[in-house]
Amino acid sequence: MTDTTNQAASAGTVPATAKCVIIGAGIVGNCLVGHLSRLGWTDMVQIDKGPLPNPGGSTGHASNFIFPTDHSKEMAFLTLESQRQYVDHGLNNTSGGIEVARKPERLEEFKRRMTSAKAWGIDSRLVTPAEIKELVPFINEEILLGGFYTPSVSCVDSLETGTQMRNEAVAKGALQVFANTEVLDIETEDGPGGPTVKAVVTNKGRIECEYVAIACGVWSPRIAKMAGANIPLTPAVHQMADVGPIDILQQSGKEVAYPIVRDMDTYCYERQTAGSMEVGSYAHRPIFMHPDDIPSNDESALSPTELPFTADDFDQQFEEAIDLMEMLGEAEIRYAINGLLSLTPDANPVLGETVEVRNLWSAAAVWIKEGPGIAQIVAEWMTYGYPHLCDPHSTDISRFYPHEKTEHHILARCAEHFNKTYGIVHPREQWASQRGMRRSPFYAREEALGAVFFDARGWERPQWFESNAKLVDKFPEAFTPRQHEWDARWWSPITNAEHLQMRESVGMVDLTAFNEFDITGPGAMAYLQYMCVNNVDVAVGRSVYTPLLTQHGGFRGDLTIQRLGTDHFRIITGAFDGGRDNYWFRRYMPTDGSVTFTDMSQGICTLGVWGPNAEKTMAKIVTDQSKPYDVSQTGFPYGAVREVLIDGVPCIMFRISYVGENGWEIYTNMEHGLRLWDTIAEAGKEFDIIPVGIGVYAITGRIEKGYRLMGAELESEYNPVEAGLARPKVKSADFMGKAEYMKARDEQPAAIMCTLSMDSQRCAAGYDRFPTGGNEPILTLDGERILDAKGRVSRVTTAGAGPSVGKYLLLSYLPPQHAVEGTKLQVMYMNECYPVTVERASATPLFDPDDSRMKS
Amino acid sequence: MRILVCVKRVPAPGARINIAADGQAVDTAFLGFTMSPHEECAVEEAVQLVERHGGEATVLTLGPSEADEQLRYAASLGVARAVLLPITGPDWDPQRTASAITAAITDLEAADGAFDLILFGNESADSGGFQVGIRVAHALGRPMVNGIKGIDVDGDTLRARREADVGVEVYEVPMPAVLGVKEGINLPRYPTLKGRLASKKVDVAQVVPQAEAGGQQMVRLLPAAEQVSATVILGRGPDAAAAVVDMLQEIGVLK
Repeated sequence: MTDTTNQAASAGTVPATAKCVIIGAGIVGNCLVGHLSRLGWTDMVQIDKGPLPNPGGSTGHASNFIFPTDHSKEMAFLTLESQRQYVDHGLNNTSGGIEVARKPERLEEFKRRMTSAKAWGIDSRLVTPAEIKELVPFINEEILLGGFYTPSVSCVDSLETGTQMRNEAVAKGALQVFANTEVLDIETEDGPGGPTVKAVVTNKGRIECEYVAIACGVWSPRIAKMAGANIPLTPAVHQMADVGPIDILQQSGKEVAYPIVRDMDTYCYERQTAGSMEVGSYAHRPIFMHPDDIPSNDESALSPTELPFTADDFDQQFEEAIDLMEMLGEAEIRYAINGLLSLTPDANPVLGETVEVRNLWSAAAVWIKEGPGIAQIVAEWMTYGYPHLCDPHSTDISRFYPHEKTEHHILARCAEHFNKTYGIVHPREQWASQRGMRRSPFYAREEALGAVFFDARGWERPQWFESNAKLVDKFPEAFTPRQHEWDARWWSPITNAEHLQMRESVGMVDLTAFNEFDITGPGAMAYLQYMCVNNVDVAVGRSVYTPLLTQHGGFRGDLTIQRLGTDHFRIITGAFDGGRDNYWFRRYMPTDGSVTFTDMSQGICTLGVWGPNAEKTMAKIVTDQSKPYDVSQTGFPYGAVREVLIDGVPCIMFRISYVGENGWEIYTNMEHGLRLWDTIAEAGKEFDIIPVGIGVYAITGRIEKGYRLMGAELESEYNPVEAGLARPKVKSADFMGKAEYMKARDEQPAAIMCTLSMDSQRCAAGYDRFPTGGNEPILTLDGERILDAKGRVSRVTTAGAGPSVGKYLLLSYLPPQHAVEGTKLQVMYMNECYPVTVERASATPLFDPDDSRMKS
Repeated sequence: MRILVCVKRVPAPGARINIAADGQAVDTAFLGFTMSPHEECAVEEAVQLVERHGGEATVLTLGPSEADEQLRYAASLGVARAVLLPITGPDWDPQRTASAITAAITDLEAADGAFDLILFGNESADSGGFQVGIRVAHALGRPMVNGIKGIDVDGDTLRARREADVGVEVYEVPMPAVLGVKEGINLPRYPTLKGRLASKKVDVAQVVPQAEAGGQQMVRLLPAAEQVSATVILGRGPDAAAAVVDMLQEIGVLK
């Protein structure tokens, strides 16, 4: 297709006004203008500082291949949707692809990939070295142990796909395009909701506009900074060399005749490009560049993102490539670059409206494989307020806390994960860099108790305590040995022992990573009624648990809100959603000044105290000034929020539980925290109080109670009815997503959140396995994938031991025909199937189903 | 044949060349480096001559220690030996460079015998002084022809060709001789992966050069006047035909 935008592209000046300016004409920017135009947007202007059709960004030198399997649901969806769109454009060249193993642990990873492929409906199979040789006759199969073959792996034309999408918007009259147009500034104006986009200033004039979308890849941070916003990513080098000519490839007469090979254990790939082979690597040292230092198109020998090849960094990969394909040794190095791509602190894309500037959108993908899908969800997000394609939980720009958006953090984390691009990354894997960034006041005590700390968005949270190791002997029934190293990695049997000790007596849990947001002012109640599904108009001193919905009626959040005064509410939410919830509440605040939002999180620490002896423990130390406080269920009922003194420390106690036990979340100022910890530890001594890790709080205690977690069970694709969280009545006040929610209540749910147990965990090798909760598919007894009426796949959202129920438990949505208690199904884990039983087809907990332990 | 090729490490710039603030050098902050295109052809010619006639090629450069990269690049193409005359600071002037290279050649020849042929690029890609090769040849008392686009070896005699305004000039030169090679004499090969890996193992001899400064001094570099090329769109589709015809007549393609 010819480029019909050249005429506009070379026009002299930009229009004075536009509805939306899209900056960047790579795969994402081009697909974004196309998708926006399909959703009805008009009056758009797209600019790029480079020429068209290849303005010189990462798209221009991309390897353009797609391996669809990903362990992350969101990334798998975005990749599969992108591949589907490339097919739509007729620019998806299916070549097949093989990931090959040189090391035994890689074969294990391939079993995991088979499982993820099954979950997402991707046809893949494990292949022997001989079978690899049949598919790729020039490979040295003698150094290989096996492979993971996916026939649908493809090579795409990202430049032409983008051009077609751009042209589509131009042809509709929805878009004007300006190439060779550089952004000099993004103007904002202060408004009641914070700074808002006003205009984009370019070297060809100023465009006053309502929306700006930044889709300029490696330059994103630089452009965002012009508006006072932050898109946390860094340009990083990915080395590649095109070597040839090679006879067998030339003789194929095709662009890609042989499957693409990913040599996983050397972090390299070999991809045919007509008569030569492209060898690319993620094995070299991390090489970063500041966005301000990227040369201009004029200054670049090739293009701004094709930097001079530093051969020394690649020599080892050349040697390994020759080991794999001897013919490469005689091939000539015809083109070799240090290609720039975007890396983000957690390796996921960065999408959504920036938290700093209204109507300024980030559309920063990492790879070509996900570009069109990302453009689609950003377009939907801009149009509907939230995407429809899939929940953007792991790509949402507002997930980051301020310290995670510093160059220091970005570079440290990117340096850590770059070499894991082809790595084997455990679902529970912990970061090594940037640790100790946020510590609760209890940290010193926890460290002394042998806490094994996991990172929770910068917080150091004890996952378990080595000081509790002796309890493993006390509860031998809870100890199920995990023979396979993978199952035992980042895990300890101490978690099960802590769980049982808490259920037997009392435990204390550091919950300082919680976020607390105060909503105050005369409009607070009405505003929160609009944001929340459940009625927040409760008595002062009471609380409410509530889902937050998207405009489309899917889950956007779930949290508790305490009413501390007539016009004073406190939102309590978790570490992993704090950033997203912070943004969401601020985004929809009334702009008339009737509501004030205050993030209290930095000043408040939280300790959970739970167990049958929690009440006795707290009764010793809680006072109302000098009088003992009645902490009985009568005096201090479930759901109540009270200001108290604990050994003189002013605290707020909230009777609630996420582990199914009687007790409280206790909040105090950070500076009082250590004294609070010591006081409770001392008071609980006679009950053998123990510190309890997040392993219990987030997994074992939670799963026995069937409690749902945002980002796992709760996603925007699902509604409260399906999640089993719909209350019998609906409040009269309007709220976001209400219409869709009411509709969902009238319909038969397409899927129901269920608790399943594993009937047997015994693998073919004769020992027990323990799924990690990483999207393992639930299968029929015939081994078929289960899809609901909306096309959503049944997969494990959380997995974990239930020490008190003596079962290994899984949470999964199931369609109604399977969501029947007693139904027998299977779960696939590491490419083996295990029998499971549906234990609960509702939110009713498996442990203590009537909640008597919490409420009596 | 024993052949020596002299090369120079130069930046590989884009369309626009940035000059450092002091005007004394090209700003190479984000540039890669290469050898001059004429020299790439000289290296290729040396490798081909050795392939045809046997013997050994050596590559030599005077430059910063990073010029090791260019020596190994030559080695990756088939040059067997490499010599670095390391200097620090700004480039040496042509006279001083030639003097140092002459001294180094004298030492190399004293140790291993004379080079039958010494190849230079016609001129360097950055400073373009057109001097070093001629000065070295003169100092060594050997015949020298510049602008060479073809070399044939016949016994002890070289036949070297270069393009003239009309036709081709052919020189017969007795060996040992010095030639300045021009781009177009051949199509330089790319290194193979094996060549690249082998070049890592080549022992680069280092001899710290000693030479007096010559008479030429650089005052400062100035950017060339920017060439503005405006694109005029004559029209689109069939409607553009008349304007295209007018333009073709204007530039004399159509009468």
